[in-house]
Amino acid sequence: MKSLRGSAAIVGAATFGCGEAPGFTDMELLARAAHAAVADAGLTMHDIDGIATASVSAVMWPMPVIEYLGLKPTYIDGTMLGGSSFIAHLLPAMQALHFGQCKAVLVCYGSVQKSSTFGRKEIVSLRPFLDPQPFEYPYQPAMPVSAYALAASRHMHEFGTTREQLADVAVAARAWAQLNPEAYQRGALSRADVLAARMVSDPLSVRDCCLVTDGAGAFVLTRADLAGRSPKKPVYVLGNGTAVWNRQISSMHELTVTAAKQSGAEAFAMAGLAPKDIDVVQLYDAFTINTILFLEDLGFCAKGEGGAFVAEGAIAPGGRLPVNTNGGGLSCVHPGMYGIFALIEAVRQLRGEGGTRQVAGARTAIAHGNGGMLSSQSTAVLGTAETV
Amino acid sequence: MTPTTQTAGVLAHHQSELNAGRWFIQLCTACNRSVYFPRELCPHCGSTALQWQTPNGLGTVYAVTTVRRKPADGGDLNVSIVELDEGVRLMSRVDNVPPAAVRIGQRVQARVIVNEGKGIVVFDALNGGAP
Repeated sequence: MKSLRGSAAIVGAATFGCGEAPGFTDMELLARAAHAAVADAGLTMHDIDGIATASVSAVMWPMPVIEYLGLKPTYIDGTMLGGSSFIAHLLPAMQALHFGQCKAVLVCYGSVQKSSTFGRKEIVSLRPFLDPQPFEYPYQPAMPVSAYALAASRHMHEFGTTREQLADVAVAARAWAQLNPEAYQRGALSRADVLAARMVSDPLSVRDCCLVTDGAGAFVLTRADLAGRSPKKPVYVLGNGTAVWNRQISSMHELTVTAAKQSGAEAFAMAGLAPKDIDVVQLYDAFTINTILFLEDLGFCAKGEGGAFVAEGAIAPGGRLPVNTNGGGLSCVHPGMYGIFALIEAVRQLRGEGGTRQVAGARTAIAHGNGGMLSSQSTAVLGTAETV
Repeated sequence: MTPTTQTAGVLAHHQSELNAGRWFIQLCTACNRSVYFPRELCPHCGSTALQWQTPNGLGTVYAVTTVRRKPADGGDLNVSIVELDEGVRLMSRVDNVPPAAVRIGQRVQARVIVNEGKGIVVFDALNGGAP
């Protein structure tokens, strides 16, 4: 994989309809984000000959997306690993670009999860049949939050992690969101607010849980030697790794160790970099425990030290490590599958487009996606031209 | 019983036994490790030499949460992951103490309950929930 290091670059990226987009469909939001990302790359839809996309409900989703956008792609990836999918789409696309199967891959996602009422009740009632988990459903966990709550309970038991430390993850995300005009939740949030919020599934309160919003994101990946044709600063993919060890939370090997340990190690090995070399970190924070688990599993701190690592503003603006600089899934945007938004924020930071939340001189970034119930993990190491 | 006498997949067999009040997990005779949930092949070594075994029914709460629900929706509910003495884990609940009293490390004893013909495994805290 090392030979593919830096072989492809993200040359266009865009979001659309983040927050609330009443009256739109998933596809309409996706198409708007796709159009904006292609334009951002200085390309037209005619230049797109590769597609990667996923949906939480439509199992053949690449087909209607291709139909809607009027594409005839020579490369199609519909890999669906939950929220990590769009980061996991990177490495296969890099291989396809490298071998000449295609020249420009559009990775795209759209969801009106918050605003749409179309079929919602029917979809929820069908999930146990479409994705059977007969060894969990009978116990009525409130999924997904109960799965993450179980992991949090174990982390607290083994390492002494506290609810206050979990709360500090949400507080840091909110502080970043306050610097991001696109973020959905920008009001003041204190540790006390999180601790006093309505409990959903102990030890996670509603403020330990990500938002439910609408939103779409898209980006365009081309070969690095063609990236100079695009007007924006290219962001190079230095490494990518994807790992799955389980689907159900009860099948997780250890509740305090995620497959990010494998995906991160693979991505860092491909990039030839280590956590100490990373300037800005985007982690899929579906719940506050995620940020702690991924900082540990990706090697930013030792196992069990994540709680102390995030406490007291250490990952907030001005802290020791900038994490989730858009406000994350906790405070910025979370339309069902957040991974693509983590990646797009990393791109914006490496381009220097972060506005008041810009991490000065950021040259390297991590975008890490999670899917299912701590089930799938995909890690991307990204860098500016000088890091290739 | 052994898999060769089965006329259906392991899931159906496991459930029909549960519905009759009997709980089985699997033992892989190739690598000598316990397996749960039941599978057609061992996730540790790939062998199909899986035999049904009766667990001793004792375990320890490994992870715990309370699903907060309105009284009208059934009230607060414990969901636990229990590690059996055989070394495998499963999702279940601790049924004989209030949800807020369930602790990681609590020793528990399995019990099959059958509701409208469908059996599931729940656990009771030993010693009335004292650690």
